[in-house]
Amino acid sequence: MLYSMENDTIAAIATAVSPAGIGIIRVSGEKAIEIAEKIFQSVRPDFLVREAKSHTIHYGKIVWGEIVYDEVLLSVMRAPNTYTKEDIVEINCHGGPFVLKRILELVYECGARPAGPGEFTKRAFLNGRIDLSQAEAVMDVIHAENEYALQNGVGQLGGSISHIIKDLRKQLIYEIAFIESALDDPEHISLDGYSHGLQGKVDHLIEKISELLRGADNGRIMKEGVRTAIVGKPNVGKSSLLNAMLGEERAIVTSIAGTTRDTLEESIYFHGITLHLIDTAGIRETEDIVEKIGVDKAKESVKKADLILFVLDGSEPLSAEDYEILSLVKDYRTIILWNKSDKETYQPSAEFSKNETCIPVVEISAKHMEGMQQLETLMKDMFYSGEIQMNSQVYITNARHKTALEQAKKSLELVQQSIDDGMPEDFYSVDLMDAYESLGSIIGEALEDDLAEQIFEKFCMGK
Amino acid sequence: MNVLEETYDVLVVGAGHAGCEAALAAARLGMETIMFTVSVDSIALMPCNPNIGGSSKGHLVREIDALGGEMGKNIDKTFIQSKMLNISKGPAVHSLRAQADKQDYTREMRRTLENTEHLTVRQGEIAEIIVENGVLTGAKTTSGAIYHVKTLVLATGTYLKARCIYGEVSNYTGPNGLQAANALTDSLKENGIELRRFKTGTPARVDKRSIDFSKMEEQFGDENIVPFSFSTNPEDIQKEQVSCWLTYTNEETHQIIRDNIHRSPLFSGMIEGTGPRYCPSIEDKVVKFADKNRHHVFVEPEGLYTNEMYLGGMSSSLPEDVQYAMYRTVPGLEHVKIVRNAYAIEYDCIDARQLKPTLEFKEISGLFSGGQFNGSSGYEEAAAQGLIAGINAALKAKGEECIVIDRSEGYIGVLIDDLVTKESHEPYRMMTSRAEYRLLLRQDNADLRLSAIGHKIGLVSEEAYARVLEKERLTAEEIKRLENVLIGASADMQAFLEAHESTPLKTGTNLAELIRRPELSYEMLAEFDPQRLQLPYYVIEQVNINIKYDGYIKRQLKQVEQFKKLEKKKLPEKFDYSAISGLRMEAQQKLNLYQPMNIGQASRISGVSPADISVLLIYLQQYNAANGKVQ
Repeated sequence: MLYSMENDTIAAIATAVSPAGIGIIRVSGEKAIEIAEKIFQSVRPDFLVREAKSHTIHYGKIVWGEIVYDEVLLSVMRAPNTYTKEDIVEINCHGGPFVLKRILELVYECGARPAGPGEFTKRAFLNGRIDLSQAEAVMDVIHAENEYALQNGVGQLGGSISHIIKDLRKQLIYEIAFIESALDDPEHISLDGYSHGLQGKVDHLIEKISELLRGADNGRIMKEGVRTAIVGKPNVGKSSLLNAMLGEERAIVTSIAGTTRDTLEESIYFHGITLHLIDTAGIRETEDIVEKIGVDKAKESVKKADLILFVLDGSEPLSAEDYEILSLVKDYRTIILWNKSDKETYQPSAEFSKNETCIPVVEISAKHMEGMQQLETLMKDMFYSGEIQMNSQVYITNARHKTALEQAKKSLELVQQSIDDGMPEDFYSVDLMDAYESLGSIIGEALEDDLAEQIFEKFCMGK
Repeated sequence: MNVLEETYDVLVVGAGHAGCEAALAAARLGMETIMFTVSVDSIALMPCNPNIGGSSKGHLVREIDALGGEMGKNIDKTFIQSKMLNISKGPAVHSLRAQADKQDYTREMRRTLENTEHLTVRQGEIAEIIVENGVLTGAKTTSGAIYHVKTLVLATGTYLKARCIYGEVSNYTGPNGLQAANALTDSLKENGIELRRFKTGTPARVDKRSIDFSKMEEQFGDENIVPFSFSTNPEDIQKEQVSCWLTYTNEETHQIIRDNIHRSPLFSGMIEGTGPRYCPSIEDKVVKFADKNRHHVFVEPEGLYTNEMYLGGMSSSLPEDVQYAMYRTVPGLEHVKIVRNAYAIEYDCIDARQLKPTLEFKEISGLFSGGQFNGSSGYEEAAAQGLIAGINAALKAKGEECIVIDRSEGYIGVLIDDLVTKESHEPYRMMTSRAEYRLLLRQDNADLRLSAIGHKIGLVSEEAYARVLEKERLTAEEIKRLENVLIGASADMQAFLEAHESTPLKTGTNLAELIRRPELSYEMLAEFDPQRLQLPYYVIEQVNINIKYDGYIKRQLKQVEQFKKLEKKKLPEKFDYSAISGLRMEAQQKLNLYQPMNIGQASRISGVSPADISVLLIYLQQYNAANGKVQ
């Protein structure tokens, strides 16, 4: 007997677990309706889940034995017009994480099994509802942290990236095929002067890929937000700046322990831009400690940041530490903030002016929240206007895509090398093929044993 | 009625290039083997071109040799000209080709067969295969004799229901007027084997005395002859060689063909079989390459014993009078006299997707097939399959596990995998482009790649295998040594580099680094390497290639690694793919029909896309998890 996944019903909590809001338990598979019928009691006494029409919502309670677990809304969606193309039941609960967890356990008891990460989407994929690149775009949409990223994710779902990649691959396969046919049929297809022509084509392909890669940085920023470091020696007002930024327009603040980075981060939603403030804990700690630490922290931060806010105390003369930090940050995207503009002794040094350093300067008073507007405008200028035209361009926002593009570029550079070295044409194929495959992996058209797995493993539970 | 009844281990039907390799392999593996042919005088017949090898086919011959086959040895004994092709290209596409003395080739192979232990050569026609409950148990001849065997190899070539055609003339014979095999087809069909019809063709043979060679370009053999077989000593085969000649067709030739194209049985519909795209008749070429105003014509001797010359590149099935007219437009052939007409031949063969990669029929245990019967074209392709079919027929008869050469191990692997996996509407010809890992699959290292397999099954002698291991060892040691020979920027060295237009040294380096430079080589650097030992030429060749192309080879090895991962993901047998609704309909149908062994093979089935493979991979992972298997 064939193992069939239709026989197997999965369930998971489909919303982020938070103490306050409502939560949804999603159940997908052949037994979804049956399970719901066992545990759901409608306000209407004659109601039966199995008789419910597809895509309807019902009000009632989750009851098991004598115990009433929660008041819920039950959505019934029947195959095949559902996310997974299987029967789906969603239980909208109100009772917070504990109740949610207990209801989920009840669902397991009635015959479902816990869904693995991304398993709902995996089923959608296996049942032919979405393809691999759409699955990946689903993930981007789930993880989109702001509006711009969402638009881009939705754009990818529609296939705008695959269009570009397919075109590049078409050009590559033409060259591969040409070389191969010339090797097979030298009588009718000549390679005389071919490498010279190929050089121009490879240069062009590399330029196209580089363009996508340049966009990738913006794409990541768009999707993930701007990784921002506040640096400066102690007591220049980094903490106050942080508070001023947080205080501005009721910023959304979340504290998460970084999964890939080991420092604590805080995120601010700042006029449509998401800022991840790196090592905010560190900023608070260093305020009272010896000055050297300011320099060390700056050293660490510049490596991780997309943007550096370099804070200087305009009411004091510059110190050796200030110069040292400047030398660290001057080659990165930096804004110099002359703080304490409210003080009487405030007199920013001309040495650190934009003319001298080519670094934009904003005068602020963190304490009085002055200059924040100018800072925002400047940041937006740096990251968005001119550089990013929303909706009209496609950005690589996915780390896997970026790596694949980098690999393709590297392979094409090897082809350039082969041409420069005067290698016979039959040597070009190996690297042209690698480039072709790398690009293919972006749109799910390469044969890689772990490509699909790689994509699904990044999903979270319940999706 | 009393009939002859005999028992053997292995029976081989056919004594062409596939049949010979199959029979020799089975007998050499100790199986009592009987080989049937319609004519003992036509063993290892070369009914078309008078040469062995050529681009990518030369690779096959080397691989056959490395596995313990006969073709390389036989051509080394009987060649009359030898040439390494494509030497201006990279080592991966260098390919050896030798002109054969056709009769000598046949005679030598016959001698070898007749003197091989456990091998019986028998003239006769097999009319039926005997299959009981999906297992092959024997065969019956047209005379009624019954042979009980454990396994059987079909290598019927172009003989099954063969028909030779030119113009309106059609004869129900095999090549060269030999008797066709007309009985077997029906028996195969009765046993569920599906047959189809392919065609191929051959040009005219002409009288050397009627050719004006002064109008042609002479093509010489190599000064230094390289043998095909790794076990042939090059010193033993240096000899006087004969020349081939090159001339061209022209607009006049093409006009005659165009004017008479309606009289060609190919275009009139008289021939139903599909011909090879890459070995086309001259009328095909004129139609397909309408913009080309000339095509090559290679004039090659058929042997030392005869005046007959082969007109390579001008195979045809046009009527006799048109053949005369068109040949006589070619420079040097103005007064040519035809000895044998060009003709097309049509024959029954199979779609090899009925076979496993071992060349055993999926539905009939113990029945194997190889050669043109499997839908290929060419002597070398036939011999390669014959060898594998023979080896596996013997291994199966012994109750041992069959072998499969994969695509990363040899052209043989590519050939067989393509045949049993991919859709093909014409006779399959081996080509360089079909091998995706060709930088590794070179003719110079076929022994290093495959001798271990040949030795393990018992076809490669201890002595031959020891030689391969020694080649491997010497190569590795020499490369290591060269990496440690330090070279300073001495005045001598700088002068040497300048003389060879190579960038002068800025700092010290080692010899390997210098050999890596495209403009330099191992041999050229001898004067800077006083410690160098005298090494055989084939070791020096490996040293040069492995140092020079190290980066490319490593990248190709990475591709192979990726390939192997998919080959290792086994698919369940007799699986119902229509249960996976994420697969496109076409993929479901193809997968159900051909039941690939693994994901890799599935990915090469036409109609199965990379997206389908992603679905299969995810499904397989769930399937294995559910069935408690770990892959």
